[in-house]
Amino acid sequence: MITIKNLQARVEEKEILKGINLQINAGEIHAIMGPNGSGKSTLASVLAGKEGYDVTGGEVTFEGKELLDLDPEERAREGLFLAFQYPVEIPGVSNTNFMKTAVNEVRKAKGEEPYSAGEFLKLLKEKAALVGLNPEYLSRYVNDGFSGGEKKRNEIFQLAMLNPKFSILDETDSGLDIDALKIVADGVNKIRNKHNAFLVITHYQRLLNYIIPDFVHVMYDGRIVKSGGKELALKLEEKGYDWIKELEVTA
Amino acid sequence: MEEELKYKLISDFKLLESSLNGEAKSPFHKIRQDAISVFEELGFPVKKLEEWKYTNLSNITKNRFRQFLIPEKINLTFEEVAGFIYPEFEGNIIVLINGHYSVKFSKIVTQKDGVFIGSFSEAREKHNDLIQNYFAKYADYYRNSLTALNTAFAIDGVFIHLEKNVTVDEPLLILNIADSREENLIAQPRNLFILEEGSSILMADDYYTIGDHPFFTNSVTEIILKQNASLEHYKIQNDGSNAYHIGTIQVEQERDSRFSNTTISWGGGLIRNNLNATLNGENSESHFFGLYLLKDKQFVDNHTLVDHAVPNCNSNELYKGLIDDKATGVFNGKIMVRKDAQKTNAYQSNKNILLSENAKINAKPQLEIFADDVKCSHGATSGQLDENSMFYLQSRGISKVEAKILLMNAFSSEVIDSVKIDSLRQHLHNLILKKLGK
Repeated sequence: MITIKNLQARVEEKEILKGINLQINAGEIHAIMGPNGSGKSTLASVLAGKEGYDVTGGEVTFEGKELLDLDPEERAREGLFLAFQYPVEIPGVSNTNFMKTAVNEVRKAKGEEPYSAGEFLKLLKEKAALVGLNPEYLSRYVNDGFSGGEKKRNEIFQLAMLNPKFSILDETDSGLDIDALKIVADGVNKIRNKHNAFLVITHYQRLLNYIIPDFVHVMYDGRIVKSGGKELALKLEEKGYDWIKELEVTA
Repeated sequence: MEEELKYKLISDFKLLESSLNGEAKSPFHKIRQDAISVFEELGFPVKKLEEWKYTNLSNITKNRFRQFLIPEKINLTFEEVAGFIYPEFEGNIIVLINGHYSVKFSKIVTQKDGVFIGSFSEAREKHNDLIQNYFAKYADYYRNSLTALNTAFAIDGVFIHLEKNVTVDEPLLILNIADSREENLIAQPRNLFILEEGSSILMADDYYTIGDHPFFTNSVTEIILKQNASLEHYKIQNDGSNAYHIGTIQVEQERDSRFSNTTISWGGGLIRNNLNATLNGENSESHFFGLYLLKDKQFVDNHTLVDHAVPNCNSNELYKGLIDDKATGVFNGKIMVRKDAQKTNAYQSNKNILLSENAKINAKPQLEIFADDVKCSHGATSGQLDENSMFYLQSRGISKVEAKILLMNAFSSEVIDSVKIDSLRQHLHNLILKKLGK
């Protein structure tokens, strides 16, 4: 589904990604773990097309297309989704209006007719119920005054609405208590299927108790330094990241 | 050129006088004569005056205008007028054409005792006592030459008188239509609203232009709110780019009264809105909201003054602007808290989004506080649309253009939502999406 080859990127003059290689296929869940500052969130931002990053080398193919040539909205329309670490508050724009605009823009790009008001409302209610979003939040302004947990749940709700092929969850677990974490994970588990794929970026292993990855990658200093199965996450939890730093030195 | 226009207007005043019969000796006309002499002495305001620092009137005064003195032939159809009324609006409608009340197009539906909603010239016959007591007592024509000019040509406009404890259930829509199809004209509507104790009304004051000649509106509105009276007043400016508008609203508030104004400016070449409220009775409150959506070379100056003269009053101002192309916005907001006005709450905020490199805003908040136990704040910001919000919307598949529209609409909604006439608020929400290019 997505192939990342030797991806290098910098912010201003600082090199952050130093050659990332990653292949993710449909039906797979990959986790990227790593200490703060290893470049995990930069990878997410570069894949989603955020401004302010210079890609200095490598390439990314997404469903056969050169991902890095596309604008952020084109990436989203191709089926890429980023669940933000810090979802943005947008006072004045209701969640419903936001989603209606987004869903219909994606449909338009695919040459499909916009949803009728009735069809859209049905989808909205169905997906809100799927991720356990209180319908009251639909009429509220986007993330405005939401708690940390509500914001993250709203990200998963948007994911459910847009039904992307490939989703990146950027530290979705940060700042969540265990109940909120379970709810978010539960939403992802309901949405995952053999046609879509996920990249779960996290600092901690605990999210991976609820979203079980097929592969775990460890990132350090802008590179993936170790890959393995889900047991790798447990090893990291047990031994900490110092073990990885030593690995980097000896490698 | 500005001298030329000045003397043209003074000769138009003589024309007005020659058309008067017995009225020429009335106390009302004495005020007009007094006012024209003030105008003759002061002339048009110039930029070296502090209050006119950012507003250059030479674009107006370079033109020749004729003062529109009596209602003349009007080639407007009911269909044309209906086109200016909001869909689903139900209530009273007053149509002023070039500043003159049109009996043909106006429709007063309120049938309640104690309500006069009608023309200023009619009120001069029916309510001469009220005119004598209130006219030109609040809008100061000694120190403001344009108020003097309007006062000199006070002929017609809207007059409202609500007796004690009368609530007008039907909103009022005033359509100011500037007809500049034939020639350059000046219209100077003079409005007087007197709301006696405990009375209330909701009203919108809308401005439209038809025709391409330069048109100059110089309006003055005096509003007197007696104890516990309440007025919701909305001013919507839809004029063409050839239209110049200088409007002064002077509000006098007694105890427990409430005034709320929302001014929305999205049409017009040059606009200067003077909005002044004097809080002269305890526990009175004033709310000013403004939204300006400017493009091309438009110029809008919102000049406000809230004068806290007595203790325990509240005022709040929120002005927001979206400025594109080479347009210029000015916000000059003055809050005066006099020595006796303890326990005053006065807040003011001005937020601007500049959409092009040549767009400009001059924001000038002025706080003059002479009391020591008050809560006052002001803030002015200008910037671009928030990058993080833009990326967030785009990351969900929304194009850059659509994302901008969503954010600009959101920015504007806060002001539009202050409007309490449902059909107007809905109309404004729809209209703004059109204006933003959707």
